[in-house]
Amino acid sequence: MPSWKTPETLKYLKSDEWILIEGDMGTIGITDYAQDQLNDIVFVELPKVGDVFAKGKPFGSVESVKAASDLMMPVSGEVTEINTGLKTRPDSVNNSPFENGWIIKIKITDADNDALLDAAAYAAYCQTR
Amino acid sequence: MSYIPHTDVERQQMLAAIGVTTIEDLFEAVPSRYRFPKLDLPDGASEMEVAAELQSFAEANDHAGDFALFRGAGAYHHYIPSAVNHILLRGEFYTAYTPYQPEMSQGTLQAIFEYQTMIAQLTGMDGANASHYDGATSLAEAVIVGLEASRHARKKIVLSYGIHPHYRAVVRTYHQWAGLDIVGDDADHSAEDFANLIDEDTAMVAVATPDYFGRMADFRELAKRVHAAGALLVIVTNPMALALFKSPGEMGADIVVGEGQPLGIPLSYGGPYVGFFATKMGLMRRISGRIVGETLDKNGVKAYVMTLRPREQDIRRERATSNICTNQGLMALAATVYLSLMGKNGMKRAAELCYHKAHYAAAQIDHLNSYTVDQSQPFFHEFVIQCPVPVAQINAALYEAGIIGGIDLGADYPALKNHMLLCVTEMNSKDEIDTLVSILNEVSEKAGVTA
Repeated sequence: MPSWKTPETLKYLKSDEWILIEGDMGTIGITDYAQDQLNDIVFVELPKVGDVFAKGKPFGSVESVKAASDLMMPVSGEVTEINTGLKTRPDSVNNSPFENGWIIKIKITDADNDALLDAAAYAAYCQTR
Repeated sequence: MSYIPHTDVERQQMLAAIGVTTIEDLFEAVPSRYRFPKLDLPDGASEMEVAAELQSFAEANDHAGDFALFRGAGAYHHYIPSAVNHILLRGEFYTAYTPYQPEMSQGTLQAIFEYQTMIAQLTGMDGANASHYDGATSLAEAVIVGLEASRHARKKIVLSYGIHPHYRAVVRTYHQWAGLDIVGDDADHSAEDFANLIDEDTAMVAVATPDYFGRMADFRELAKRVHAAGALLVIVTNPMALALFKSPGEMGADIVVGEGQPLGIPLSYGGPYVGFFATKMGLMRRISGRIVGETLDKNGVKAYVMTLRPREQDIRRERATSNICTNQGLMALAATVYLSLMGKNGMKRAAELCYHKAHYAAAQIDHLNSYTVDQSQPFFHEFVIQCPVPVAQINAALYEAGIIGGIDLGADYPALKNHMLLCVTEMNSKDEIDTLVSILNEVSEKAGVTA
């Protein structure tokens, strides 16, 4: 049975984004499962600092050699930082999806998180796919 | 690869596998009265007879080669070196289609890469795609990039009156359901009035140099205004003119488009032509159309491959920039061969011939008492003449002398009644120009016009 890293401290979406919630700030990226499915990531389309997105809306996209996938907001928020390092090293998302491969940081405006799974639920979900 | 047709036994096996007895059974969904309709066709004719009949149809048309042609307006009569056709008609190029398999398509891919490179160099931009259907389509596609750049938050497109009327019509048709506010081309606005149309809701501004009336302009100031408002600037241009004049890239264009027909493609009654599309590196991921890149294979050998594929409609589907995932391959190749043969110096010489002959013609015509040539702005090889009599009358007289005169602008622009758009290229000899001028003079004298 293949297994992917799913750090306990994070929350997850079924669409394979993760979020680290610290007070009213959030850091968002995609999971180890996602980067494994996508294969070599060649480009990450980032939003601009100051952009505001509602929960469930696309805030950017990730491109591999053969596919392009939208990135969905786990909660509503305003973008406070973007990982500009991804412009030159998009493969950080493959090598370090939960650390160097973080994509955006946000100020959470609506903490409604009923769609968020904890690590165990997400890991179990990945086994069924 | 072998292409062996199915045998009857294989057909029976296939029919049995899908549960029918005969091939006719597959047509049951078609009502019987439509299934095998009576076609009232004449008997087949021999190749000789067919060739003769088609020949007589063809001879009913006048051919550009039989006339001295002084008409442009978006399609131009230039000399095509015979080497262009020799290369184009080679089976390897002529029948090759989409280079999806790079291992089998290096020739096609390299040719496209060279095309992209030369277009980028000519236009002063960072990169180009593998081409669009024609100049009008390229402009319509550029509008999409403008809308995407503002994430569809901005809905206003400002188009210059000077852009070819057909291009502006195509932009409106293409985007008729997008809820856009397309403005600016209702009148020949001054540069200041035009720039004042740009606001926070403007996604893109499009202008042309040379424009439909032949006028050249420097858009550096406009580019600053466009960028200050957070919009994109598209410049429509003529590749032949770029051999002589400042490139749109140097003026600050974000996208450069236009018709590539002047580059080794015959007039052919309107097509096939080829639309070029060049842009800055930052926008390459947003543009539609095929893009070919240069890379190294696993053995370190230089190779060419289609790249930035996730933009394209066959992969991104409804989230792609556009439905386009093809290019005008053969015509782009013709342009590539032409540019390669002519080179920088050849292009410059051809453009200079067009420029000087056109300016000679303009001076001679302006010198006639009853005709005026608009020389208020610099022009490349086309200019507008104010005529003393209807253009149709002048063109009828020219036709008798084996000359095709310019476009009657009054047809599309009511305010320009009796105005003719004349084009002169390297194909027009001095004798032809002098004959044209003398006939213009005769027509006005016969009509009794003195000044």
